[in-house]
Amino acid sequence: MAEAVGAPRFEMRGVGKTFGATVALDGVDFAVASGEVCALVGQNGAGKSTLMAILAGALAPDRGEMRLLGDPYRPRDPLDARRAGVAMIYQELSLAPHLSVMENIVLGVEPVRRGLVLRDRMRETAERALEELGHADISPDAIVGGLSPAAQQLVEIARALASGCRVLVLDEPTSSLGHADVRALFELIARLKTRGLAIVYISHFIEEVMAIADRFVVLRDGRNAGGGAIAGTSAGAIVSLMVGRGLDDLYHRGARIAGEAVVTIEDVAPGSAPLTLRRGEVVGIAGLVGAGRTRLMRTLFGLEPVKRGRITVGVYSAPASPHERWQQGMGMLSEDRAGEGLAAGLSVADNMTLSKLAPLGPAGVVLPSKQETAARRWIDRLDIRCGHPWQKVHELSGGNQQKVAVARLLYHDVDVLVLDEPTRGIDVASKAQIYRLVDELVCGSGGSERAALPGADAERSCQGRRKSVLLVSSYLPELLGVCDRIAVMSRGRLGPARPVEEWTEHSLLMEASGTRAS
Amino acid sequence: MDRALAADGSVGNARVVAARRFADERGVLLGLAVVALVFGALIGPQFFSAGNLELMARQTVIVCVAALGMTMVVVSGGIDLSVGSVVALSTVVTAVVLRHESSAAGALGAALAAVAAGALCGVLNGVLVTQLRVVPFIVTLGTMLLVRGAAKGLSDERRLEAPATWLNDLLRTTQGGRGLFVPSGIWITAALAVAVAFTLQYTRFGRHLFAIGSSERTARLCGVRITRTKIAVYTIAGALAATAGLMAFSKLSVGDPTVANGLELDVIAAVIIGGGSLLGGKGSVVGTIAGAAIMAIIQIGCSQQGLPNWVQQIVTGTIIVFAVALDRWRSR
Repeated sequence: MAEAVGAPRFEMRGVGKTFGATVALDGVDFAVASGEVCALVGQNGAGKSTLMAILAGALAPDRGEMRLLGDPYRPRDPLDARRAGVAMIYQELSLAPHLSVMENIVLGVEPVRRGLVLRDRMRETAERALEELGHADISPDAIVGGLSPAAQQLVEIARALASGCRVLVLDEPTSSLGHADVRALFELIARLKTRGLAIVYISHFIEEVMAIADRFVVLRDGRNAGGGAIAGTSAGAIVSLMVGRGLDDLYHRGARIAGEAVVTIEDVAPGSAPLTLRRGEVVGIAGLVGAGRTRLMRTLFGLEPVKRGRITVGVYSAPASPHERWQQGMGMLSEDRAGEGLAAGLSVADNMTLSKLAPLGPAGVVLPSKQETAARRWIDRLDIRCGHPWQKVHELSGGNQQKVAVARLLYHDVDVLVLDEPTRGIDVASKAQIYRLVDELVCGSGGSERAALPGADAERSCQGRRKSVLLVSSYLPELLGVCDRIAVMSRGRLGPARPVEEWTEHSLLMEASGTRAS
Repeated sequence: MDRALAADGSVGNARVVAARRFADERGVLLGLAVVALVFGALIGPQFFSAGNLELMARQTVIVCVAALGMTMVVVSGGIDLSVGSVVALSTVVTAVVLRHESSAAGALGAALAAVAAGALCGVLNGVLVTQLRVVPFIVTLGTMLLVRGAAKGLSDERRLEAPATWLNDLLRTTQGGRGLFVPSGIWITAALAVAVAFTLQYTRFGRHLFAIGSSERTARLCGVRITRTKIAVYTIAGALAATAGLMAFSKLSVGDPTVANGLELDVIAAVIIGGGSLLGGKGSVVGTIAGAAIMAIIQIGCSQQGLPNWVQQIVTGTIIVFAVALDRWRSR
């Protein structure tokens, strides 16, 4: 079939993908033509990653059809996709750091004769690919691990070209680049475009999209929310398409009365506004993935060293270890539930009580009976669905696992809860429970028993005492629904915390993506 | 043991706890029964005579005591390759002290000095692992040579004769073992096993070891003090290896810097057959003792059956691989 200029080089129609009960993609259409840069935008969880994984052959779609150059395209795995001419440049580069530039460029497609690698041909291929990129300055013999992030990215693009790619997908390519490197990358993309490559550009940064793309496609909740030519639209219009709907009634908000300051974070990055968390309030931190929110929370909790600025928790202003933070009355929920938040091989009871085993027996002894009583109390209170407290935590569903991680903070009875992405990847019912719980905690009714359990009152805890919550989330409706004040973090800098009434999803997204509202 | 649990099982919670506690050991206990029955059938009822059982127990005491410490280290996600060398150092230190003072009190002093030397080796392991952030395999591979060298230096590369004291009686046979009158070394081993089992299951330290082994990042997030816990576990493992060295001394009655070469592999094998995972977070004293017993039965059974040493090694090697394969298959 002869390929006309402007005809879609890659096309997907009505593609759907379901994971268990979650619909990730629900009939998405997407197309990119030769010599065109098409931007794919959407909030976290909109389905971009799933769409990309399908494009790259890592996932198979449940339904819908895909065509590459007019022929049906059904890659069995990423290698198959690559052979067909679809190359992905991920945020996390996939280079072998100990190998040289040329070895990386021909990795998997090494020129061989009778089992021996032809180094001269390898060098030629690498040099040609680098020249094509206009970067003959990168030596084919350099070890990739020693190159700058920008140069590594170029090597990865060179690899894509050397393998004869026709559709190039760039996922957040500027997230680890400085200003000058971003400009160089944009020039390169423009050059590749004139060579007839079809380029898919995925980014959170709307300004970048405006600068580099010809067309855009917006995904929202796994569906097409809109799209069109970049010329004749505005950043604001794209953001509006990304945001879409209003708040629903998932969110509870009791009478909140802010008390004294319990946490202050000052001067953690040049130009950062100070942040104060007061008793009885929820302060949210918005921002894009990679903006430094998680790092800030980990620094606050002592998981990473304080490099700059001052952090005060209650009366303590010295840097503290996680052990000390727990003792000062602060607890943290990790965003990485599987890798850090929970020890998958341990039981529900062990996971819940790990931070405070001392009250569970005399002199360093831990009595399983007491451990079980403590765990049962919070299993009932948070409605955690598990067989018994000694069930291994990895056997639970995502939502129930998350509730176990939250229960740890409640069992420990901390005053300050640092919640990093508390509702990531969990079902709506569990989300609603966590929102209600957060509200009850800051309003001072959090620890009360719904139905008084006989014998459980010996450990009556947080009843009546109001807690404070620092909430990091990438899900904007949640921040707006739960928080009293919200600060936005962008490229490592923390903005001032403003009352939630002054924010909209639109303004949060504009601020987070570094776009100044006009 | 399973019957005792069933009797407990009338209480609902106790049953759940017991099921949790012994789920991992069920496989190795079954394996122990099978191995014992096979050799019992081959050799006849005299295989289970009191004298023969005592022989097996005496044979396996050294591995057992060292494996108690190894179990704790493996639960925490680590490994200690230096135990064989620490056993040798322990025999040498004991002999050196006894040559100065051979009274009963002197023997006690010698024993304490040996255990202290072992603990010191453990501290070294722990500090290197936590401060240099080098993986335990490499650190203890280094200290394995280092401690072996120290033992040889201390003894001038000779076997050190030492006067006889009560230390030599630790593993002296009671000749037929009437009733419970087994050698005191076996009683000491049993007491240590109970203490380590209790520590692992019912103390904060033990729960922290499981947490670190299961997920070090989670343990850190939960405020577990990783550094001091790890140094402590290697120290205890060193002290227990030195105690195993006292048992070795009792058997040899000399300080020998070349003894227990490769013992670490038997010790690790006992832990692994007993359900321990080198990835951490798994392991138990009951399993480890059963693992050591399986190896001892094979060893003694083979020799009493007149089977050559190479058969024994092939059988033991096969069991190690299949024990782990079976465990992985079961946990899927």
